[in-house]
Order: sequence, then C-alpha cells, then structure tokens
Amino acid sequence: MEPHSFIGIKKEWDIVGARQLGREIARKLGFGTVDQARIATAISEIARNIYLYAEDGKVTFETIEGMNHKGLRIIASDNGPGIDNISQVMEDGYTTSGGLGAGLPGVKRLMDEFDIQSEVGKGTIVTAVKWLR
Amino acid sequence: MDENLKQIALDNRESIVETWKNEVEKLKSQNYTSTISDELFESTNREFANVIFESINDGGSTKSVELFSEKIINLGWPLSYITDGLQVFRRATIDVILGTTKKVDTDSLSLILTSVDQWVEPIIRQLVNEYSGSWENIVSLQRVALQELSAPLIPVVEGITVMPLIGTIDTERAKLIMENLLDGVIRHNSEVVLIDITGVPVVDTMVAHHIIQAAEAVRLVGAICILSGIRPEIAQTIVNLGIDLEKFPTKNTLEKGFTSALEMTNRKLTDLDTKQHFDIEQLIKSIKGV
Repeated sequence: MEPHSFIGIKKEWDIVGARQLGREIARKLGFGTVDQARIATAISEIARNIYLYAEDGKVTFETIEGMNHKGLRIIASDNGPGIDNISQVMEDGYTTSGGLGAGLPGVKRLMDEFDIQSEVGKGTIVTAVKWLR
Repeated sequence: MDENLKQIALDNRESIVETWKNEVEKLKSQNYTSTISDELFESTNREFANVIFESINDGGSTKSVELFSEKIINLGWPLSYITDGLQVFRRATIDVILGTTKKVDTDSLSLILTSVDQWVEPIIRQLVNEYSGSWENIVSLQRVALQELSAPLIPVVEGITVMPLIGTIDTERAKLIMENLLDGVIRHNSEVVLIDITGVPVVDTMVAHHIIQAAEAVRLVGAICILSGIRPEIAQTIVNLGIDLEKFPTKNTLEKGFTSALEMTNRKLTDLDTKQHFDIEQLIKSIKGV
C-alpha cells in the first residue's frame, strides 16, 4: 500500500477538490479517460453524500498493488448520523434529499469493488476500488 | 512618562531605523520579498520607517498609513512584509529605549512595553484592515464576474437559443441555470433550447438531476430542450449511474444538436448557391485558355 492522501469535506467546493485530486491520482496510475471520468463521478457522489448528510468528513485515496495489478481505493468516512437501512440506500431511486437516488448504487456500478459500513449515530465509511486493466 | 518615552524614541530615530533596516534586510532573504529589486526595497523601507514615526509623532496618524498600505497592496507585496516589519520595529524600539534608560525596574519595563505596543498596534490594525478589505473587494468582484459567466444564454437564430455550460456545476449555479433558461425562453420566444455540456468535467447524479429538472421546466413553458455535448466517457458514466435521460433528445456535439434544433423548427442549413462558384471556375478556365 502506497502512502495516501486525503481531502476534508466541509464545503460544497471541497467536492470539486476531492474529485480533482482523485482524477489526478487516477491519471498518474494510468487509468484511461473513461475510467478517470468514472472515478471522478464516483468521488463526486460519495463526497456529496458527506456534504449533504454528515457535514464533515473526508475522502482518502490509496493506491493499491495486488499480485499482478494496480488499483485505486477511495475511502469516504464521516462521523455523521449514519445510515439506518443500508439495503434501502443501495436501491435505485431511493432518496431522502429529493435527488435521483442513483448515487450509491451508481457508485457500486461505476467501481469494481464496493463496501459500505455504517452505524447509526457513529458515522459511515464507504470504500470503493477500481482496478487498472 | 509616556511623552518621555516618545521623546526617547524620536530622539533615537536614526539608530532604531538602522537596526530595523538590518533586521528587515535579513528577513528579505528568507521571505517572499526576495524577488523585489534592492532599490525598491530600500525606498519602501525608508517610507515604511517614516510612516511609523509619523504615526507615533501624531499619536496615530491614519492618512499616511492608508496611503502606504495602498502602495504596498498595489505593489502586490505580501501582508507578512508589514506584520514582520512592525514586529521587528517593536523589538528594535524596545531595545533602544532600554539601552538609553539607566535604571530598569519592572514598573518602567512594563510601561515601556505597553507604550511601544500602543504605538505599533493601531498601525498593524489599520494595515491589516486595509489589506483584508482589498482582498474582500477582489473576491466579491470575482464572484460577480463568475456569476455573469455561469449561465449565459445565447439566442442563435430565431426560435433557437443555446446555453453553453463550462466548468463545475454547484447548487447555486444550478439554480441560476434554471432561472436564466426559463427567463431566456420567454424573452427570446424560443422554441428549442440547447444545453451544451461539452465543458462540464463531471456529470454526477446531482448535475443530471438539475439538468433533468431544467429540461422539464422548459417543457412546461412550451419549448423543447436538447442536451448536447455528451462526450463518450460522460455517456458511459450516465449509463453506469442509471440516469434516465430519455425524456429529451441528446446529442454528442453542439453542431448535431443545432442541426436537429433547425429540423424541429422546419429549417435546415444549406450551402450558398453553387452556380456562382461554378461560374468562377469557368472564368478561371477561360483565362487560362483551356
């Protein structure tokens, strides 16, 4: 595991900062433009969730090296209210903010690996990995 | 006693300024000010010293401080030049005054420290205020400039309007897009509006949601909305996210969007009469004697 970097999410413009950094790391790792766009969009979604629901959190980037492939891991963690029913938020079209409700299930489809852990009152951690092909 | 100290400071002006200049000179090498030419640095330092002493003499003259800060702001020097300079000045003055006083007890020491602080503080406060005021001014001007650029609406031909979007779309901008779009549809009496997202780096669910809402609102006022400039990678992320954009036509370039907008309004682009072109070719041929 390589040394990683993170961006704190407090303001709406921090989302832009996070996805710019993420896109830059992805580009350096050798991801193509389509995957860069996927990664940037995924970061945008999970960072926006922090901004909308938790108000304060961070997005961390790690480059990972597997046996014969490299990848980028994105970890979004916050100390927000947490999610009561995770299976519900992973359903397409479920929203509490009046949005499209495609954010988290969308991230799962945009990335190769996806994991969400949440405890009500404690916070949420979303981990997503994209492998370099 | 306070007047007394002031007198000492004024009497020893030369030596204070000398120590101060040396110290500031040292700061220069390690500070951002290293790119500034020596002459300019010298003359500004001299002026700075004059301003400080004038302020002490007048018991806080504001006019010269104001002029000086304006000058420094215009030169684009960092704020640290001023704050560091005044810190050094405080130190130098205290040193010199202590040097001239024969007997130093705690009372007189605290008196010296307080009075020097009282000389320096109003200058610092005013200079910092001037600086932050100028920054705030710049930021608010830029915000206005950005807002003017954020959702431009261009009437291209009768009935067709284009809104080219460049850069990140945040919540505030999304509101502006919606307002300008509807306002423009009514004002220019548009039948078709094109939203071009060629310059939008990321289309996430929030951006898509706002575009869908804007298109729906445009439909409600009786016009058609076409989304153009969808790059291949954006198309793929939209599909991955599972966003439904079926309610309105989408095109990959503004050119194609414009062509279909013309079709919707029963018009099309044609080249100018080719006959004239042909005539010129004939003319050239006849000149060449073919």
